[in-house]
Amino acid sequence: MADDPYKTLGIARDATEAQIRKAYLKLAKTTHPDLNPGDAKAEERFKAVNAANDLLSDAEQRGRYDRGEIDGSGQVRPPPGPPPGQRSYRTHAEGAAGTRYSAGGMDDNDLGDILSGLFGARGRAGAPRGGADRRYSLAVTFLDAIRGATQRLVLPDGGSLDVRIPPGLEDGQVLRLRGKGAPGDPAGDALIEVAVGPHPVFRREGRDIHLDLPVSVSEAVLGGRVQVPTVDGPVSMAVPAGSETGTRLRLRGRGVPAAGGQPAGDGYATLRIVLGPPDPALADFLRDRADAPAWDPRAGLEGVA
Amino acid sequence: MITIDMLVVTVAGLDRADVEHWIAQDLVRPAGQGGAWLFGDIDVARLRLIQELRHELRLEEDALPVVLRLMDQLYDARRQLRRLRDAVDQGATPEVRDGVLRVLLER
Repeated sequence: MADDPYKTLGIARDATEAQIRKAYLKLAKTTHPDLNPGDAKAEERFKAVNAANDLLSDAEQRGRYDRGEIDGSGQVRPPPGPPPGQRSYRTHAEGAAGTRYSAGGMDDNDLGDILSGLFGARGRAGAPRGGADRRYSLAVTFLDAIRGATQRLVLPDGGSLDVRIPPGLEDGQVLRLRGKGAPGDPAGDALIEVAVGPHPVFRREGRDIHLDLPVSVSEAVLGGRVQVPTVDGPVSMAVPAGSETGTRLRLRGRGVPAAGGQPAGDGYATLRIVLGPPDPALADFLRDRADAPAWDPRAGLEGVA
Repeated sequence: MITIDMLVVTVAGLDRADVEHWIAQDLVRPAGQGGAWLFGDIDVARLRLIQELRHELRLEEDALPVVLRLMDQLYDARRQLRRLRDAVDQGATPEVRDGVLRVLLER
């Protein structure tokens, strides 16, 4: 280490003590061996910088060097680094014990993000680099959910997604649109939770559609064909003579349409007998009628409470 | 493994309060619990390094976590590289080894 200590520190021969100190700190920070593991040049440089500083920061030594009495290796202090017999931090950190101070909490079995991609291997730390999924909710009308439709979803960021609603969609179902979530490789998915609204007439039970069907007294007593609304348009249905309120009539295949391997559901009309506007002739007939059969509509209610 | 009492007499110039502060900051992670810390060789070496960074190299206390964290990442990366080197050394067939070497040296 017989180099010129002024050159080592990169300072002029008439540098002040403060300049020497400043130059030393700057170089020592960038060449410290524990901050430059595996770089033998940095380690040599660190030693030289320290030796140069030791010499030049000592006024007497510096004077002797300037007068040519000693060469650049005239150091008096012990060399920098750990005490004899002790290993530097670097040797510990490079070994198995170094995992204690791992920045990412990795243990020795983690492959990290780069190595986990080696040969297509998937390490434990190999989190997918793809975009995140994004969640949205979408309100769908009862009939659109039954029949299927395409609905535009306006996103919070102003964009929009065209969501294809499959026939027979149920309330609370989640639709996944691949690649429509956050960007990435691959892009994330959009997860759309569907809220299906109620309908004033139809009720859904599984794949069947129910409705209450009002019928007049004469339709109930005499029977006849009536028009019944279904989810795919009105159909004609025969009401048997003598039908009671609560009679349930089936409309085969008029429920949720067949989709996704599931057969179509059925429609069910539950009859509700309604009197309609006042009918004086009917009132007269019932009042004047002499031979009405005697029966008690409340016979089943006796002793209930 | 040594206790904090042993530590402050072993490492010259090390201040007990500083050590406790660095532990609280998660910059040093000895085994054991508060008050009954046990310092392994790596912890002692790390404390020597921190001391050197703070006092010899005049690093500000605020800069310490940043420097140590970057340093820890560097050592993580180096341990990973070593693992890869060892894995290729042990696991690769001669053809794979030659292939890898050829690609590395081409660059």
